[in-house]
Amino acid sequence: MPFLELKGVEKHFGEVKTIKGVDLAIDRGQFTVFVGPSGCGKSTLLRLIAGLETLTAGGIHLDGRDITRLPSAQRDLAMVFQSYALYPHMTVAENMSFSLRLAKADPAVIRKKVDRAAEILNLGPYLQRLPREMSGGQRQRVAIGRAIVREPKVFLFDEPLSNLDAALRGQTRVEIAKLHRELGATTIYVTHDQVEAMTLADQVVVLRDGAIEQVGSPLSLYDRPANRFVAQFIGTPQMNVVDRAELPPASVAVASAAYVGIRPEDLRLTAPGQGQIVAQVELVEALGAETLVYLHTLRGAQIVLRQNARTTLVAGDSVGVDVELGHLHWFDESGKLIAAAH
Amino acid sequence: MDFTTETGARVALAIRSAAAWLVALILFFPILFMLVTSFKTELQAIAVPSIWIFAPTLDNFTHVQERSDYLLYAKNSLITSVVSTIVGLLIAAPAAYSMAFFPGKRTKQILMWMLSTKMMPAVGALVPVYVIAQSLHLLDTTFALVVVFMLSNLPLMVWMLYSHFKDIPPEILEAARMDGASLLTEFRHVILPLAMGGIASTGLLCLVLAWNEAFWSLNLTAAHAGTLAALIASYSSPEGLFWAKLSAASVLAIAPIVVFGWFSQKQLVQGLTFGAVK
Repeated sequence: MPFLELKGVEKHFGEVKTIKGVDLAIDRGQFTVFVGPSGCGKSTLLRLIAGLETLTAGGIHLDGRDITRLPSAQRDLAMVFQSYALYPHMTVAENMSFSLRLAKADPAVIRKKVDRAAEILNLGPYLQRLPREMSGGQRQRVAIGRAIVREPKVFLFDEPLSNLDAALRGQTRVEIAKLHRELGATTIYVTHDQVEAMTLADQVVVLRDGAIEQVGSPLSLYDRPANRFVAQFIGTPQMNVVDRAELPPASVAVASAAYVGIRPEDLRLTAPGQGQIVAQVELVEALGAETLVYLHTLRGAQIVLRQNARTTLVAGDSVGVDVELGHLHWFDESGKLIAAAH
Repeated sequence: MDFTTETGARVALAIRSAAAWLVALILFFPILFMLVTSFKTELQAIAVPSIWIFAPTLDNFTHVQERSDYLLYAKNSLITSVVSTIVGLLIAAPAAYSMAFFPGKRTKQILMWMLSTKMMPAVGALVPVYVIAQSLHLLDTTFALVVVFMLSNLPLMVWMLYSHFKDIPPEILEAARMDGASLLTEFRHVILPLAMGGIASTGLLCLVLAWNEAFWSLNLTAAHAGTLAALIASYSSPEGLFWAKLSAASVLAIAPIVVFGWFSQKQLVQGLTFGAVK
């Protein structure tokens, strides 16, 4: 039996159906990431689990207990908010100990738990500071510390890194991953950033328009996306999906396929006139370790190619493109995956 | 004149300061005149042009305390304004809380409707309120004044608290809920400390408004429950005005609230300009 289970969860705001029947199972200790474009309902789903919104239909079970109608306070969950939501009038130590003080825990136990959380998060020297005297990254760690001291059944993270700058975001991402490994706590993490989803998750849940598109491990989503949406949402630059007519008829192995998906790393530049596709260079992005070449084909499709080697090509050059035929994804007219050559 | 140079800037500042002092003086002048008059004899008080150098006397103040029991009126003013403010805050705070954090479809309309009740002239409600007070045997009681003051300040209290509560990010309350806070603990440990400034300025403003209220205390009270506003009014008589005694009564009436306002002016200004810079 799964640790946390969502059954037919629906949420309507008036006429708008924000969540349209979600079924999901999460195992104990698993790191699950909800990912999807803005407005897909991922934050709403998290807030439904947290008890900050009430369900229109369906049920939520946690550790064998029905928590569907329980108030947030009794669900034994801790949440880290995007805006940190620290109590501005309390010091770091008071912020972290608030829940334990409300629960009338033994002061010695409180001190021990706060000290332990501060040690894990390197907040020791800041315990007597107020949130406004700290940087964004430090505040984020306090918010995480507040969740840790509760020792909740499930940690909920609502886009916790989106208020941090790029460098700090990368660093904090690594810290969260380490923290999860050390604590082994069941975690649900919401993000719109598929890189965070890929790097942190044991299980990724891709959402669109209030429904689940696909659930799976990061690499299984990358290798076998259920449809065009997932295929193009996971991976940067995104997968090239072109009409099957772009490829020579001989290389189209799946008869019913309407579209073919090719990852940018599965394309190779060749001399003009060679390769399966004839194309012209539109733009070259040299990133140092890798180079992205944006092309348009003779038939008018836009494709991106990624290679490690640098190039002297410039916009307007004609090239040939070789396709790694062993790594293709085939989609039918509706966008559903028919076959993936992996 | 060139205001960009240092000398120019200094001149501009001087002009602005002078203008500000002038306005302040114009506003303060009637109070100053009243204060000076209260130390004159009745003859000096009606002299034209006014006398500014004279031997001050305290006779007027003694007279006020002897003729009408100043302390009784002061006590009534204190009780009605303080109690009506506290009760009002107790009712307005939960209302403002629910409207700020759980707004419904019609919250805005309800707020506007509450404010619109302030647009009605008080005299429009005089007869019904008087009849109700009479039939409940509440005429000339501080209780009736407390209820009326509280009700007339309630819309303002709800509005001010609402706008102060709105400044608190809702995620902080959600975080408290996740931390296990009940509605009461959430209010006590999170909202109250964060909105303390706003609650204080709301309370202070309503205290001053209730203290200054004259219409209802004149119409609903007589000898027992009269407030200081009623005391002052009793000094204007058909035989003519006793300017010096009227001034002395007025000085005594405003003295407590002026001293009080002096010490809490920071909160008062915050309350009066709420929502002004956002």
